[in-house]
Amino acid sequence: MNSDALLTYTLHLADNSLILGQRNAEWCGHGPVLEQDIAITNISLDLIGQARSFYQYAAELKADGSTEDSLAYLRTEREFKNCLLVEQPNGDWAQTILRQFLFSSYQFFLYKQLQNNTDERLAAIAEKSLKEVTYHLRWSSEWVIRLGDGTKESNGRIRKAIEELWRYTGELFMPVSYEIEMGIDVSSLKEEWLKKVKSVFEEAAVPVPENIFMQTGGKTGIHTEHLGFILTELQYLQRAYPGSDW
Amino acid sequence: MKTSAINKEALYAYLEEIKDPEVPVLSIIDLGIVRDIKMNDDELEVIITSTYTGCPAMDMITAAIRVELSTLGFKKIKITNSISPAWTTDWMSEKGKRKLQEYGIAPPDKKFSIPKDGIECPLCHSSNTRLVSEFGSTACKALYQCNDCKEPFDYFKCH
Repeated sequence: MNSDALLTYTLHLADNSLILGQRNAEWCGHGPVLEQDIAITNISLDLIGQARSFYQYAAELKADGSTEDSLAYLRTEREFKNCLLVEQPNGDWAQTILRQFLFSSYQFFLYKQLQNNTDERLAAIAEKSLKEVTYHLRWSSEWVIRLGDGTKESNGRIRKAIEELWRYTGELFMPVSYEIEMGIDVSSLKEEWLKKVKSVFEEAAVPVPENIFMQTGGKTGIHTEHLGFILTELQYLQRAYPGSDW
Repeated sequence: MKTSAINKEALYAYLEEIKDPEVPVLSIIDLGIVRDIKMNDDELEVIITSTYTGCPAMDMITAAIRVELSTLGFKKIKITNSISPAWTTDWMSEKGKRKLQEYGIAPPDKKFSIPKDGIECPLCHSSNTRLVSEFGSTACKALYQCNDCKEPFDYFKCH
């Protein structure tokens, strides 16, 4: 295995979790009801915890004085390898829920595979994180069903979210060079993922889109305009006051 | 203190003094966070594991262990965070579960993870309860309400 591929892949996993964690944290204090405000920020905390584990490993692999903090706070857009889905704006509650559901179901099947990886460290992080992702998947599935099977208004909102976000799901299953070198077969996850999504969408009375053009690029560092704005906020303190600590 | 031969049991007893900052009735021993204590030459190594990856209490707990051991006279202390095998509520002590119940938090129940109902109310002991939210005041808890005494309560998720 190529050590560059291992590093880039670890950063890709870390970036996915960090960016979605940051997006979910934007809901803090703005959730539709207190319990759900707490739920979405708890998920955010889990994701940031996972990101920390991956960044700590990536920093050890780099062995050039990098730390989990420098990797999160001092890299630029092109260096971030997260998928496009996680950087999409929160929109309304339906869009946030749908983004979480599409990503958690992907992460669930990915971590299930990754926990058997020959790289012991990645396998251990995946095994531990899988327990948390199981909660995220269950919670977001129930919310997709509640909104889809709710009122005309809530059903319409989930449909709009599907229209907005579906185009970012193709990339998840299209392998890029570092995944291929790592022997991670993301395309093999698609069938199980689609089965899960279909069963939830069916209960939610919303359609699964077909033949939609898929956007790609995030995994190789070519992002939508949103990532720059996320990083501007996330990295502001360390950029303005380098090395500040508390 | 002589560091050549450590008395593990005594050290565990000292570490019992360190409480989880979020659930102050539980010690880090009750929670099963401390996995092992080893003596490598003149360095004392404590192996711990986090409950949830993002648990913000871990940094505080690490600092507290360091302080506790320094006051005992250990000069070289290494705290290693191990992630595999992943933490599980099976490692929580029976004493810890009792203390949780007395504190007003329903302890983890092996029979299920986050059921819709049936978790015993830690206050009136009725099983006529309902799930309010799968996510509670911390990552490790879910929120319930008792249909009989009407009190809301936390349930420590079986993980």
